[in-house]
Amino acid sequence: MSTTTLFLLTIGLGLASFVYGRSRAYAIAKGNGGVKTLHSLPSHYGMMVALWCALPALAVIIGWKLLEPSLISNMLDTAIPQTVLDGGEKAVELYKNDIGNIVDSDKLSAVTDAEKKIAAERLTNLRSTSSLALFVLALVVAIIGAVIALKKIHPQTRARHKVERIVNFFLVSCASLAILTTVGIVFSVLFESARFFQQVGFLDFIFGTKWSPQTAIRADQVGASGSFGAVPLFLGTLLISFIAMLVAVPFGLMSAIYLAEYASRRVRNIAKPLLEILAGIPTVVYGFFAALTVAPALRRLGESIGLSVSSESALAAGAVMGIMIIPFVSSLSDDVITAVPQAMRDGSFGLGATKSETVRKVVIPAALPGIVGGVLLAVSRAIGETMIVVMAAGLAANMTANPLEAVTTVTVQIVTLLTGDQEFDSAKTLAAFALGLMLFVVTLCLNVIALHVVRKYREQYE
Amino acid sequence: MSALEKTSSSATTERVKASLTKRYAAEKRFKFYGIFAISASIAFLFILLASIVSKGLPAFTQTYVKLDVSLTADALGIPENATRDELRKANFSGVIKSSMRERFPDVKKRKEKKELYGLISTGAQYDLFDLLIENPAVIGTDVSMWFMADDELSAVIKSKADLTNPDSLVTRLSDNQIAWAKDMQDAGEFDVRFNSTFFENGDSREPELAGIRAALMGSAFTLLITFALSFPIAVAAAIYLEEFAPQNRWTDIVEVNINNLAAVPSIVFGLLGLAVFINFFHLPRSAPVVGGIVLSLMTLPTIIISSRAALKAVPPSIREAARGLGASPLQVVTHHVLPLAMPGILTGTIIGLAQALGETAPLLMIGMVAFIVDIPASVTDAATVLPVQVFLWADSPERAFMEKTSAAIMVLLVFLILMNAIAVLLRKRFERRW
Repeated sequence: MSTTTLFLLTIGLGLASFVYGRSRAYAIAKGNGGVKTLHSLPSHYGMMVALWCALPALAVIIGWKLLEPSLISNMLDTAIPQTVLDGGEKAVELYKNDIGNIVDSDKLSAVTDAEKKIAAERLTNLRSTSSLALFVLALVVAIIGAVIALKKIHPQTRARHKVERIVNFFLVSCASLAILTTVGIVFSVLFESARFFQQVGFLDFIFGTKWSPQTAIRADQVGASGSFGAVPLFLGTLLISFIAMLVAVPFGLMSAIYLAEYASRRVRNIAKPLLEILAGIPTVVYGFFAALTVAPALRRLGESIGLSVSSESALAAGAVMGIMIIPFVSSLSDDVITAVPQAMRDGSFGLGATKSETVRKVVIPAALPGIVGGVLLAVSRAIGETMIVVMAAGLAANMTANPLEAVTTVTVQIVTLLTGDQEFDSAKTLAAFALGLMLFVVTLCLNVIALHVVRKYREQYE
Repeated sequence: MSALEKTSSSATTERVKASLTKRYAAEKRFKFYGIFAISASIAFLFILLASIVSKGLPAFTQTYVKLDVSLTADALGIPENATRDELRKANFSGVIKSSMRERFPDVKKRKEKKELYGLISTGAQYDLFDLLIENPAVIGTDVSMWFMADDELSAVIKSKADLTNPDSLVTRLSDNQIAWAKDMQDAGEFDVRFNSTFFENGDSREPELAGIRAALMGSAFTLLITFALSFPIAVAAAIYLEEFAPQNRWTDIVEVNINNLAAVPSIVFGLLGLAVFINFFHLPRSAPVVGGIVLSLMTLPTIIISSRAALKAVPPSIREAARGLGASPLQVVTHHVLPLAMPGILTGTIIGLAQALGETAPLLMIGMVAFIVDIPASVTDAATVLPVQVFLWADSPERAFMEKTSAAIMVLLVFLILMNAIAVLLRKRFERRW
């Protein structure tokens, strides 16, 4: 019996008990002089029964499924030959994975190793016992819950209150999930980073200028000692983000000014959705465009005027990223520019200023905090942007300010370190989490400042 | 008014008049900058789309080659009345090769033969297998069949290039191969058809056999999980925050949190998924279920924020009327506010899902970058999604994969446009202005 079926079965039981509970409530009301004598609506009683039936059973299923893998894995120990057990934790882990694969792919008959066969049979046994036990347990819990709730159906029972309390609890926990997510992010990157900083010093990481994460497989290997100085990555990220901002801020801001102050309604209605399409295109598409269209074009252009442009230049990645961020900057600036009160413009016009003078001397200074906030948000997006740089920027950790050379960024390194099969404990993988921590902290700070500035600004004119 | 003041005021007027041309020029320039910025941005959009479409269109067609094959049981190396398993082991490639040799009897050298065989896709043998399974009666007869051409040959034929002038072609085909192709073209043995393989197959090392079906199914499963998780949770959270939450510190923290999460880089969610769901809960790697969970965490803030806006737009008078008629707070929400806000909530959800459909980076972290040939059948099978497939193909050295990549992007964009169109339609059709 698969978990999905069990899950659906429990839901089905819940629905059935809703219908039954409701009809019980009707029946009881009939004997007592009509529905109006009940404290709550019959459907509330039905809901009460359904919740009592399904919720505990679902909790049992989820709890069981969370604990099951580790329990079964522990119980499998008895079927593992002593020679493997002596080989230490890793060998046992490998062996168990092997057995798991055999069972999953249904290749039991093809196994020749007698010990493995025993272990695999044991695993199959354990799994079927576990799923049977779960099935019975969930069913019993569901039925007991339903019976208890059915017994509670009296005209005096405050079913609506009971149901609403549960629903309210559900609503609160859904809202709190956002906090749980943040906590989850913080803890997952923090723990792994802490393990990384046990192996590599924090200061070496922050201020080191050499990045080559290939750690040696054997201790005596030459030239393979990993070094984790992240400064080149930070500089590369800054360079690409800076180029992106050089494209995005002027274009985005001028577009916003034109749309908000000059454009007719018709132009606005056409141009704004078109700009928003630019924002809706997946980043992987921009990455493809940067790597296969813009970079070769830049390279040819550079060659024709005698410049050597790397095929993974920071310029190509940064420029395309800038294009991607244009609509972001423009829509945020558009919001703040239109929020500037008309009276300020009228005052300026009354003093004889032209439109552009009004925009430059009155509107923009008034909207500046909001615009700065929007630009900060855009910077945080540029820093955290991954696919464009993974596809169009290089892997070489160069320390350079030349936009025609290849640089690498924090996000590129995270992706390279974590894709493919590495051991989870190596410094190489853990380094990715340390970089992730940096990324999270920096973008969080930028976001907090930006959101604060924007909020303050809005309050000013509301 | 004294004479002195009069002259000074006219002097100011003179100065203003003198500066007017300059100021008007500045005004014009400023307006031009605005027009330039916006038209350049829109031009970028069209250049991007045009470059993708022009590269991707050829991928929707595929060249087929006509070959006469003699399917004798002897040549196939199968017994009479062969079973399915015996058929599977039949020597299909030998049959195809010998028919190629018959077509060009002059080819004798080993190297040349190899070149000749290279013109037909390695997938041709599966076509033959399918034919025999479908219609065993053809065994022992001569049939004339259309086989898929190899990607390089296919590209040359599709581009309608001039085969008489081999030097003008940008291709990896050898001069011999081009000469044979010319011969076959003159005999009308090429046909360019719609490439249905692209929509039916999973990934493959051979460009002409690679398709997006597996990635499409992976995307569908992932989005399904994302929707099933994020929609109810986001709506519940939005209802709580907008309708029930007391004004206190906790609510403030939750709100700030949601706004911040909306701006956290997507790759960080991937790190969360890797550390928590894969390494801690030991959920299967590369599975749509994990991808869906991670993406729903990522899209939650977007949906919550737009759902709150939709709930806020429902006028208080509705709530007051319901309360006045004796509805409980929860009944007010579920019977009146939520149905009225639903179009807005659905619009926000679809936009959030569109964002999730295009997301790549967090899925790379949780191992959805695998080479997937088999089409996933459930949410726990190893799978990849459309944007990741684009990423994988974009890395491939074969030229033919470039057009596949562009074509996959076109399919992805079509889905995104569809979703956004539905969202706009929903808003236009059902949104009520109070």
